[in-house]
Amino acid sequence: MIPGEFTYHRPSTVAEAVAILASHGDEARPLAGGHSIIPMMKLRMAAPEHLIDLSGVADLKGIREEGGAIVIGAMTTQHELIASDLLSNKLPIIRETSLLIADPQIRYLGTIGGNVANGDPGNDMPALMQCLNASYKVAGPNGEREIAARDFYEAAYFTALASEELVTAVVIPVPPAGHGFAYEKLKRKVGDYATAAAAVIVTMSGGSVTSCSVALTNVGDTPLFAAETCEILTGSTLDADTVNRAVAAAEAITQPASDGRGPAEYRTKMAGVMLRRALARAAERANG
Amino acid sequence: MNDMTPTREQREAALEGMGCKRKRVEDIRFTQGKGNYVDDLKLPGMLFGDFVRSPYAHAKVTKIDASKALELPGVIAVLTAEDLKGVNLAWMPTLAGDVQMVLADGKVLYQNQEVAFVLAEDRYIADDAIQLVEVEYEELPVLVDPFKSMDPDAPVLRPDLEGKTEGAHGPRKHHNHIFTWEVGDADETDKAFREADVTIKELISYHRTHPSPLETCQAVASMDKVTGELTVWGTFQAPHVIRTVASLLSTIPEHKIHVIAPDIGGGFGNKVGAYPGYICAIVASIVTGRPVKWVEDRMENLSTTSFARDYHMTAEIAAKNDGTVTGLKVHVLADHGGFDACADPSKWPAGFFNIVTGSYDFPTAHLAVDGVYTNKAPGGVAYRCSFRVTEAAYCIERAMDILAQKLGMDPADLRIKNFVKPEQFPYHSALGWEYDSGDYHTAMQKAMDTIGYRQLREEQKAKQEAFKRGETREIMGIGVSFFTEIVGAGPSKNCDILGVAMFDSAEIRVHPTGSVISRMGTKSQGQGHETTWAQIIATEIGIPAADIMVEEGNTDTAPYGLGTYGSRSTPVAGAAIALAARKIRNKAQMIAAHMLEVSEYDLEWDVDGFQVKGNPEARKSMKEIAWAAYNAPPPGMEPGLEAVSYYDPPNMTYPFGAYFCVMDIDVDTGVSKIRRFYALDDCGTRINPMIIEGQVHGGLTEGFAIAMGQEIRYDEMGNVMGASFMDFFLPTAVETPHWETDYTVTPSPHHPIGAKGVGESPNVGSVPAFSNAVNDAFGFLGSTHIQMPHDAWRVWQAAKDLGAHG
Amino acid sequence: MSDIEQVPVTMTVNGKKVQRFVEPRTLLIHFLREELNLTGPHIGCETSHCGVCTVELNGMSVKSCTMFAAQANGAELTTIEGMANADGTLSALQEGFRQMHGLQCGFCTPGMIMRAHVLLKENPDPTEEEIRMGISGNLCRCTGYQNIVKAIQYAAAKLQGRDFQEAAE
Repeated sequence: MIPGEFTYHRPSTVAEAVAILASHGDEARPLAGGHSIIPMMKLRMAAPEHLIDLSGVADLKGIREEGGAIVIGAMTTQHELIASDLLSNKLPIIRETSLLIADPQIRYLGTIGGNVANGDPGNDMPALMQCLNASYKVAGPNGEREIAARDFYEAAYFTALASEELVTAVVIPVPPAGHGFAYEKLKRKVGDYATAAAAVIVTMSGGSVTSCSVALTNVGDTPLFAAETCEILTGSTLDADTVNRAVAAAEAITQPASDGRGPAEYRTKMAGVMLRRALARAAERANG
Repeated sequence: MNDMTPTREQREAALEGMGCKRKRVEDIRFTQGKGNYVDDLKLPGMLFGDFVRSPYAHAKVTKIDASKALELPGVIAVLTAEDLKGVNLAWMPTLAGDVQMVLADGKVLYQNQEVAFVLAEDRYIADDAIQLVEVEYEELPVLVDPFKSMDPDAPVLRPDLEGKTEGAHGPRKHHNHIFTWEVGDADETDKAFREADVTIKELISYHRTHPSPLETCQAVASMDKVTGELTVWGTFQAPHVIRTVASLLSTIPEHKIHVIAPDIGGGFGNKVGAYPGYICAIVASIVTGRPVKWVEDRMENLSTTSFARDYHMTAEIAAKNDGTVTGLKVHVLADHGGFDACADPSKWPAGFFNIVTGSYDFPTAHLAVDGVYTNKAPGGVAYRCSFRVTEAAYCIERAMDILAQKLGMDPADLRIKNFVKPEQFPYHSALGWEYDSGDYHTAMQKAMDTIGYRQLREEQKAKQEAFKRGETREIMGIGVSFFTEIVGAGPSKNCDILGVAMFDSAEIRVHPTGSVISRMGTKSQGQGHETTWAQIIATEIGIPAADIMVEEGNTDTAPYGLGTYGSRSTPVAGAAIALAARKIRNKAQMIAAHMLEVSEYDLEWDVDGFQVKGNPEARKSMKEIAWAAYNAPPPGMEPGLEAVSYYDPPNMTYPFGAYFCVMDIDVDTGVSKIRRFYALDDCGTRINPMIIEGQVHGGLTEGFAIAMGQEIRYDEMGNVMGASFMDFFLPTAVETPHWETDYTVTPSPHHPIGAKGVGESPNVGSVPAFSNAVNDAFGFLGSTHIQMPHDAWRVWQAAKDLGAHG
Repeated sequence: MSDIEQVPVTMTVNGKKVQRFVEPRTLLIHFLREELNLTGPHIGCETSHCGVCTVELNGMSVKSCTMFAAQANGAELTTIEGMANADGTLSALQEGFRQMHGLQCGFCTPGMIMRAHVLLKENPDPTEEEIRMGISGNLCRCTGYQNIVKAIQYAAAKLQGRDFQEAAE
């Protein structure tokens, strides 16, 4: 349970961090909360020769509202997300999701950047970000760019991020006030990854769905934005028939791994059940 | 009497003796982080050892190249089987009469089996070195299905046993067969089945799991080449046995081996036997003359140290139409992994599984157990099992529910009808045990009244109707478990570990100023002996428990004992303690008589001293007597006040209990919620109710995990799954239900203080309660038996197969 | 020896300033146990699940097995060894664990108490459900958690100057 040797860096700016990443390429990895990479290093499943501790980079912290969007610094911890009044008011689904991630100790150190950037299909934030149509601000040696969460994930542990790039912030358009939301996660126990989870944001008016966004966690090798499900639900009154079709469409895009949480068939069905329950809760919360 | 004199009640309370909820002595150091666990130990010059392990479940080892590892600065040596052969330690005897490789000798038999032992200056370098040892393997066909182990073309796992048609427990009928153990009356039982009104037959599997204490197995071995003395600290539930084994294996005489078990972070049977890590640490220390520490990590612990269960039990019950049972037949296929390393008493290859008649009066029964080898880790007897009693209790409690369902009888009523009756004790079971005492009907009634059993059944019926009408997606189960345990191994006539009889011991010495030091042959790993043993002594000799020091685990000072497992400490050592204390009290009586110038027959014992009958003012307290013992003993009497007792129990003890589990299951997710769990235990005389409650909470939590998803599984290639805390289900405080505990007291008639032991009862009794609850929930949809564990996905699958998903 | 450059670390541990050079890969748990001889925090797994390594770092509960000592540079740490009162008497939590039989083998206890310590700072009067959620990163194999919950309730009451009333069973 001992990691391999590495050189430790602790830059104080994003530029410094990027420069170190660029000069070592694949041999360097950023260290955010550490609760994904350090366990892997202890099992010798990852052995970077350089670790770049981002905890000293002040620019990566902070939660602010900016032009209709919430901007969250990549090094914001789950604990800070949960404690944020701004998020509780404007984006309550984030707090609901964070509380379902890992355990109290891990939430003190685990960051939103770490959760979205490494491509682990078990992480909860990626599907949530896809549901929210968030984008990631990314810094690299060639400057900054922004990548939509819905375009970010390619395969398990493979993302659109180049090895010399760093996610610096998550930008989330603020959903309309009175929106309905729910993150429904089935897991074997506290601290486990999802057997299946569904993130839902809806707006309703006069009992009909005016907008709908759905994404699924850990039932594929990436988070799954359920575009067809959204289309089916939009404009409906969430009648049983429409919901059934929407759930079927969501199940159809899943390709879960069979593991200790259950065989693939079970996990697909559970994605459907989580979606149903999330829809029901979100609709109940929505104004209109 | 003036009002400064304490009353009898006050004097009793001041003793904090038997029955008192005495706060624990151990807690003072544990809550301050001042426990002394093996990995806390640092000795000058200490080296660290760690293993290279096989990625394959079954393979020849064709080459081990340690040259790159040896080039790494700080690496001292890399031991292989070849090195151990030089000291005849490449293999070691197991407690079950088999032999086990310490390091891979030509082949490996399970994934993660030890192949080489790397010795380095510290654990970081050792871990680096492990990555550099190059091993070549030639894969062999893998056998993981015990049901295929005795096929004619099954792979040969143990070439070392080739041609050996006699094993340690009798004839072997196949190259992967270990033993057949049979007990009971086959003819009489067959007759009962022929004449039965009703029979049931079911394959009831108890899956493989693991005790997983939070502290893994570890040891520090330190050989002093000058004095020729070996000291070994380790996670040893049975330190004296380890010393004897170490002496036999190393040929260092036993008086020159000092084995010390310090504080142990949980045992649960995981820390009874000897592991390759201990042997390699000892050898490495002998070779280098430096202390060597070995600490396994969690995956090593879960995948290679003693697993638990893996019993496949086919149970048959014969009964009359009115529910009276007339016969029991059980066949067990026991999966032992690559070596038979079961920590059973030597004459019991299937432990005490023949308790499988349980709490019921079977007039006749027959049991046969076949043990087999597979490509899995060795072990099998662990995890609060009382030597396979967990398996037996699960088997009979499940089978009784299946019978009840077939008869259309309520499961509690079927049990009550067949209980051994109070007047039948001591009860001779059809499979050979003499149950010491029991009052099952009283316990069952108390339990059923407390939980409102009949109303729960009515509620369940209503819920079943509601489910059928589509009004709810939740089904309700009530799990009944009435177990009879067998603990306190054991009488020398049939219980020994490697030939050493399973007595236990206590040595008690009273100091001149009236305080006490005492040592026992047991070794607590959380059971609180430093607290409870003092309580027994306090009541027996009238000295406050706070003035009584209890030590365990140092084999130089503690009298020989067989250690703590199988709930044996209270039945065996507890008796030795009481008897040693009574020897002291008897001597004290004579000293007091001398001091008071009366005959000892004129004295009576009064809480903390002797007084003259009819003249209570004439008394001597134990403290006064202690001083006199050193200063002015009666003429002809040796000075001092101490005693040793080695207790060979006349029988086992038989705790029992009534457990009920009320469960609600969401059929659409398979998730089960424990609505209520009630556990009534009868462990005879209760030494410390607070500690008993704690033991029960812990055991129930283990049973909950086991029944609801905790499993060590293997795929067809022999890859072990569930060997880390990611997948091995250990519930947190959130999943763990609230436990209700209760009790009755039916003392053991043959035990000096009537105590039976309780540590394992909650694991024995709870798994059947949980599993019966799940099965009971689905019964109305047509199922007879759903195998454990009851993970959500398995429960969902059962629901689906029964048509519950519409 | 290794070519990797050692890293200077300075931290305050249980009120005392500590300065060392460490290998970058030295885990904080090993730094505490092996270098500083604070063997209260324990090691129970290598996958960051069990929590027996939990310490307080800058007011947070952290699993010290999943941090490098280098990351703790400049931090203020408290381990179980720093919990007793200045006069040597046990803290409310330590007393509560003893009074309520919240431990058996003692192995999870240092981490459990350190987590409870920060939990009670986050939430001085937690409900039972909040306590159970609050300690969900700490495993125990002996107690079944029920008496640990009581121990924490005892301490919460004591810290607020209330008497602790055990709920009737």
